[in-house]
Amino acid sequence: MLTYTAKRIGLALLVALAVSALAFLALRASGDVAIALAGEGARAEDIENIRKIYGLDRPLVVQYVEWLWNMLRGDFGQSLYFKTDVLSLVLDKLPTTLYLALFSLIFSLAISVPLGVLAAVYPNSWIDRTCLTLAVVGQAMPNFFFALILVMVLAVWFHLLPVSGSETWAHFVMPTIALGYYVAPPFMRLVRAGMIEVLASDYVRTARAKGLSAASIIGKHALRNALVPIVALAAVQLGYLLGGSVVIETIFALDGLGYLAFTSITHLDIPVTQSIVALLSFVYVGLTLAADLANAWLDPRIRVG
Amino acid sequence: MNGKMLGAAALVAVAALTSPAWAGKKDNSLHFADPQVLENVDPYFNSVRIGVIVGQHIWDTLIYRDPETNEYKGLLATSWKWVDDKTIELELRKGVKFHNGATFNADDVVYTLNFVSKPENKVITQQNVNWIDHAEKLDDYKVRIVTKRPFPAALEYLAGPVIIHPHEYYAKVGPKGMSEKPLGTGPYRLVENAMGKYLRLERNPDYFKDSPKGQPKIEKLEFRFIPDPQTRMAEVLSGGIDLARQLTADQIEQLRAVPSVQVVSGEIMRFVFLQLNSTENTPAAPLRDVRVRKAILHAINREGMVKSIVGEGSRVINVMCFPSQFGCSDEGAPRYPYDPAKAKALLKEAGYPNGFDIDLYGFQDRNQTEAMVAFLGAVGIRANLRWSQYAAVREAMRSGKAPLSHQSWGSFSINDVSASTPVFFKFTPDDVTRDAEVRDLLERGDTSIDPKVRKEAYGKALKRIAEQAYAIPLYTLPALYAANKDLVFKAYRDEIPRVWEMSYK
Repeated sequence: MLTYTAKRIGLALLVALAVSALAFLALRASGDVAIALAGEGARAEDIENIRKIYGLDRPLVVQYVEWLWNMLRGDFGQSLYFKTDVLSLVLDKLPTTLYLALFSLIFSLAISVPLGVLAAVYPNSWIDRTCLTLAVVGQAMPNFFFALILVMVLAVWFHLLPVSGSETWAHFVMPTIALGYYVAPPFMRLVRAGMIEVLASDYVRTARAKGLSAASIIGKHALRNALVPIVALAAVQLGYLLGGSVVIETIFALDGLGYLAFTSITHLDIPVTQSIVALLSFVYVGLTLAADLANAWLDPRIRVG
Repeated sequence: MNGKMLGAAALVAVAALTSPAWAGKKDNSLHFADPQVLENVDPYFNSVRIGVIVGQHIWDTLIYRDPETNEYKGLLATSWKWVDDKTIELELRKGVKFHNGATFNADDVVYTLNFVSKPENKVITQQNVNWIDHAEKLDDYKVRIVTKRPFPAALEYLAGPVIIHPHEYYAKVGPKGMSEKPLGTGPYRLVENAMGKYLRLERNPDYFKDSPKGQPKIEKLEFRFIPDPQTRMAEVLSGGIDLARQLTADQIEQLRAVPSVQVVSGEIMRFVFLQLNSTENTPAAPLRDVRVRKAILHAINREGMVKSIVGEGSRVINVMCFPSQFGCSDEGAPRYPYDPAKAKALLKEAGYPNGFDIDLYGFQDRNQTEAMVAFLGAVGIRANLRWSQYAAVREAMRSGKAPLSHQSWGSFSINDVSASTPVFFKFTPDDVTRDAEVRDLLERGDTSIDPKVRKEAYGKALKRIAEQAYAIPLYTLPALYAANKDLVFKAYRDEIPRVWEMSYK
């Protein structure tokens, strides 16, 4: 287990390093920071001034190594556009995105687990078909489109919720539904498949033979076992939710990391954009690593391979 | 029809049947939505339009330009005169107070101008301040501004982006503190700045009585930053927003059907053109032939585009500047009416009977770019659309990679040709024509103090640019707003909605 863990961590570190280099280079290749910073109508000498002032005239490798070294020491640099410390900017926006990701995860589990169980208990029935339809629609419909439908119905039509902003809990309702519904289908399918398998197993048959109630069998005996893979998937989906909230946060003008990423990209604010990309990929790498290690701990066969 | 448009159409259909609960009218407040996020509120440290708008509400400038007549009026200054071609003397207004109670005087002007004009203070909008050499105090209410070179457009800048900060406070908190807690003499003062989310202001009860801006009527003012146009539209429909900027032409058409909403479109000081590289190093050799450039002019139906794509408030232009700008005149400049047959004949004459292939770069108003691709295609010029970001297109143009691009220019709302034509024709990085005669004429216009000399020089330069078809001037752009139908609101050419003038019916 120790060698396996060390290997996994080493691999994760390499992936993180590669991602940081990619994030840095790809973003630098996407445009000239000095031109973006100077804004419309800056003269050549203005741009040259800005290039010197911000150290953008040095070799790219030097800038990358400096950025990486500073980041390791917790210094993410200064935002070119917002003129503040990147770390404090990111930390300021992080809670909104974390709340949104967490609410969305809870929402998606709250709908996918019961529906998945229902579909498994009545396989190939109209209930199963309805759940399948819900899953297919959730997976197929772009989440920005679903978000617009929610806005139309809940805000414009019935005036139940505010359209945009992040001041109160009410502002989180529509983004949570839009984002949560989008990640629900994989959970639903996994719960259904797991439950069908477990319900056909010997110990469930034994439980039935003992005369236990259906609710007790499904809730206590079957679901607990079917939920194990869900935990691993939840870790990965959480990473997706953190990164995937860019569109949803932008639509609802929720002031989180995704929204910050969007504004930084439009203003070519390279330090902020590359910090967000790096941070989110580190989180993703970390979550995947945790899921890998948890799986290996649960299932010894994985360690050997 | 794509998914977003379908959604928008459905939104309107529903909204037409329901009546929104307007937040603003009830408590005499105005909720203003803008697509751009304003994280640094100090106007010298952002380069977005909403920054200019907010700047005019919290702060005042020395001079005020009447948006209707373009006439200069005293704001923080009461009078001014050019002492020589590099020196302006201004008398300042007495009895004006900053929002923190500090009294406005010459120290504020001198400190602000000397601070922002120093490159080491890293002002973002360099072009707005780098003409200032320094400012000096003559007495408590008299200052002198010295320019680096003769700069006749100085008054335009003093009446535009150059706002005045309180010197003691600015010296203490700097641009960062000023952004967090902005403070000026303007008609609105800060209540709360939730950086990047919203900015809440309230009416300044002590706003000085003689201000040409007048006294603000609406009590509370909130700026909110909503990047998605569909969301801005939904906010207007649901009544969460009373005034939204930068909606698209198709949204405006749909919103016309909604009784609770008024749509306002008015011309802004921004003109659209095709920039083409006609230098020796152009990536498209045909562009070096003046007949080919004229063929492009004849190929595009500008009147048709204005009517059916660009929308109300737009008009066709014949020269490379905005019509209201000082020195902008199309008198004597040739006209190139829509005439595809003539375009084809010109191409044949130039040796391209079967047309040619060319890259057309674009970054905004894609429907307009696509229309141009179609018009060019009709005469045999096969334009390959290259879609990108503004900064990237500008860089491609500057580095000589792009032969042709669809551009627009807003001149920072400076109502003087020195802020438009020279940017693209005075051997600047954006000049991909390099005509020494044009350069010299523009230089004379830029640096002469005599208005007659300036007008003549600019007129000749514009005429030569048009004769040589160095660029394809197209049309002006409208600004599209959607607002609560009870809001008394007027759109101005300088793209600055003036909340201090607004009220509810």
